[in-house]
Amino acid sequence: MKKKTLLAYSSSLIILVVSIWLGVSIGSADVPFSTLWDNETNPSAYSILWGIRMPRVILAGLVGASLAIAGAAFQGLLKNPLADPYTLGVSSGASVGAVATIFFSLSIPFLGSYILPLYGMVGALVAMILVLTFARLIDRSMKMETLILTGVIFSSFLGSCISLMIALTGEQLREITSWLLGSVSMRGWPYIQMILPFVVVGVILLWLNRRELNAMMYGDERAQALGVNVKRRKYAILAGGSMLTGAAVAVSGTIGFVGLVVPHMTRMLWGADHRHLLTLSFINGASLLIICDLVSRTIIAPAELPIGVITAFIGAPVFSYIFFKQRRRRG
Amino acid sequence: MLEVQNISGGYGSTPVLSNISFQVAKGKMVGILGPNGCGKSTLLKVISGLINPTFGTITIDGVDIKKYSARDLAKKMTILPQLHATAFSSTVYDTVAIGRYPHQSGFFSTWGDEDERAVKKAMVQTGIEKYENQYLEYLSGGEQQRVFIAQALAQASNLLLLDEPTNHLDIAHQRQILDMIRKEVTENQLTVVSVFHDINLAALYCDEILLLESGKVKNYGAPHEVLLEEQIKEVYHTRISIQAHPEQPKPQMTILPDLPEQTEEKLITTNHFKIQEEYVEFKSHFPLRVLSSAVHNAGMGWYTTFMNRTVKPEYDIDNVKEEYLQYLVSKGFSPTNTVGMMTAVDSKRAVMKNYETSFGKVFIVVTAGVGNAIDVSKSYKRDNFFHIGTINTWVIINGKLSDEAFVQAMMTATESKSKALQHEKIYDLYSNTIATGTPTDSLLIAATQNGKLMQYGGPITEVGQVIGRGVFEATVEAIQTYRKGDII
Repeated sequence: MKKKTLLAYSSSLIILVVSIWLGVSIGSADVPFSTLWDNETNPSAYSILWGIRMPRVILAGLVGASLAIAGAAFQGLLKNPLADPYTLGVSSGASVGAVATIFFSLSIPFLGSYILPLYGMVGALVAMILVLTFARLIDRSMKMETLILTGVIFSSFLGSCISLMIALTGEQLREITSWLLGSVSMRGWPYIQMILPFVVVGVILLWLNRRELNAMMYGDERAQALGVNVKRRKYAILAGGSMLTGAAVAVSGTIGFVGLVVPHMTRMLWGADHRHLLTLSFINGASLLIICDLVSRTIIAPAELPIGVITAFIGAPVFSYIFFKQRRRRG
Repeated sequence: MLEVQNISGGYGSTPVLSNISFQVAKGKMVGILGPNGCGKSTLLKVISGLINPTFGTITIDGVDIKKYSARDLAKKMTILPQLHATAFSSTVYDTVAIGRYPHQSGFFSTWGDEDERAVKKAMVQTGIEKYENQYLEYLSGGEQQRVFIAQALAQASNLLLLDEPTNHLDIAHQRQILDMIRKEVTENQLTVVSVFHDINLAALYCDEILLLESGKVKNYGAPHEVLLEEQIKEVYHTRISIQAHPEQPKPQMTILPDLPEQTEEKLITTNHFKIQEEYVEFKSHFPLRVLSSAVHNAGMGWYTTFMNRTVKPEYDIDNVKEEYLQYLVSKGFSPTNTVGMMTAVDSKRAVMKNYETSFGKVFIVVTAGVGNAIDVSKSYKRDNFFHIGTINTWVIINGKLSDEAFVQAMMTATESKSKALQHEKIYDLYSNTIATGTPTDSLLIAATQNGKLMQYGGPITEVGQVIGRGVFEATVEAIQTYRKGDII
């Protein structure tokens, strides 16, 4: 067991480091390894690396990591392997906030371009509060089925709001669509600063509940009997996961598949124990999105594909392969 | 250990339970019984603290459960709910290890030696250590259930609440799991409160039974105090019959179905009897209730055919069970549906008599060999050497007898046989006193169980009178026939 855990962490970390290096070095301009510390021989490469590529890679990594760890936590909490960070409607809230910003051309003085992620986070927060309140009104014990159904109801409603704005819009159509397809390009360091506190708090909230998630796999009642304060823990996990999802969607748009596939792959390779699953999903989610972003900007260079398309193209076959292999081996 | 006081409440506003009180001592196993929807599972959830009662208190070791923190309560008591399906696979070891949750705390909770020992012990207790690294979903239902019980045992709380722990399992797994739980109760003073669907399992394994009816306690006590025919009928609306368990001092019940009366006539006539070359046979077209001391299928049961077989004096008695079975099969009898006897007397010397009574005809068939007659009061003076000679008696009644009447009929028939021996002046050649029978006599009482129930079968009842007279007359005649044979 110990050996396997060590292998899991070391291989995941190696993949992450390699992904980061590939992410910063490949592109229209070559950036050699030495540029990391040497800013004199090739000043333009240095500025590309630190000014453009590094923040882009880090943002992709943070978004991927957030979506993956939130997905792992939501799947565990809802005991549903088909759950993902978008199940509870939080991302739809963020999308409505962001799309509304574009649609109404909202602006607040001194905030400039940050207005979009800011409204995105507000939207995510409002959606989360609404879903939780509504679920609690229906069923005070907040059963998992109630939560999932409430999330589905709110997601479809908010989705219709987005469709409505798309239908009514004229010149902003392209902007809205490209935001909805998701991207981490041209964001820069300020976006990282904006998302980082939410990521840190969200990850801590989830990580503190890793053993409780293990207990809750056996049902709320069994978890309660094991001494888990189910209601409080559930709120903490929901808050942490929603915070991560909202932050990720607000800065990058809706990037699908990461939150679903990464926890699955991690669980199949290294087991369902949340004490490791959360951290490993976090690392692997970062690697996956960094690679996907790399592909999205290089495959038809100089044009860029939406990153969500790449995550689906890479994620689906890999997922199918591993799934198939696992079933064959165990069955 | 556990004290439940005046509990009322349930889900939402409609109370499921009303005013339930009972106590469970340490090291006891209590079964909760009751029809579907009577509040069994709700009561279990209230005891475990999953649902708050509207009235009443639950105390464990003298402390109200509300005063415990979730973790401390989990160290005192645990509940294993009915469904445990997990969406994600984990190994047996990991599943059992979850049971240690309440014993770990802190930011970086560490897995100690004590945790490891508890997990290992629980796996040994439940016999799942060989599956340690296997994934749960590849185990059978019974094995999975044992894993979950191991998880609860690893939690090391003294009170275990179970909700139908053997639901959907075959009898092998039912026995395994309940034996195992019972062992923990008896040897390690575990206290168990479990909901049961199966009344017999509850009676067999529990020290006490709590019978619920519509959320109220109907009865609480030892299985033999609670499993009463009338009471079960009242609560479950089902007629039952209670018998003793063959091995354990516990009552067991059988459902009495309310089936439509069969239109087929259940009547025994002389045509059902035939005397063949090697045996006397009785073949009916429906099963009769039989109490007998026979070679094959002795005891109480339902049988359609009887055989009284003639064997040679040199017959090898050592292998009689197997040989008799093969003989039945070779003659076209169903071994599971036949009561078989043996005699050295020629089947043609069987005496058959029938008597008309108010309830129906009674048939008596006797074969008598008295070469080894014995006075039972002097038999202790004899050796145990096997001798030839036996009296086989069949009493077949067109009527319905109670169990009591069956036993009384056997007594009546036996007494009557002894009287016949006395009348014929058959002597025990060793003690030189009047014989009472032979060492190998067999008796069979069979009844069609049709018609009015006869509660008693003693000498002054009508059935007793006819048995007394019939067995006497038939036996006297059979002895006389036997003697004639001797002369010839």
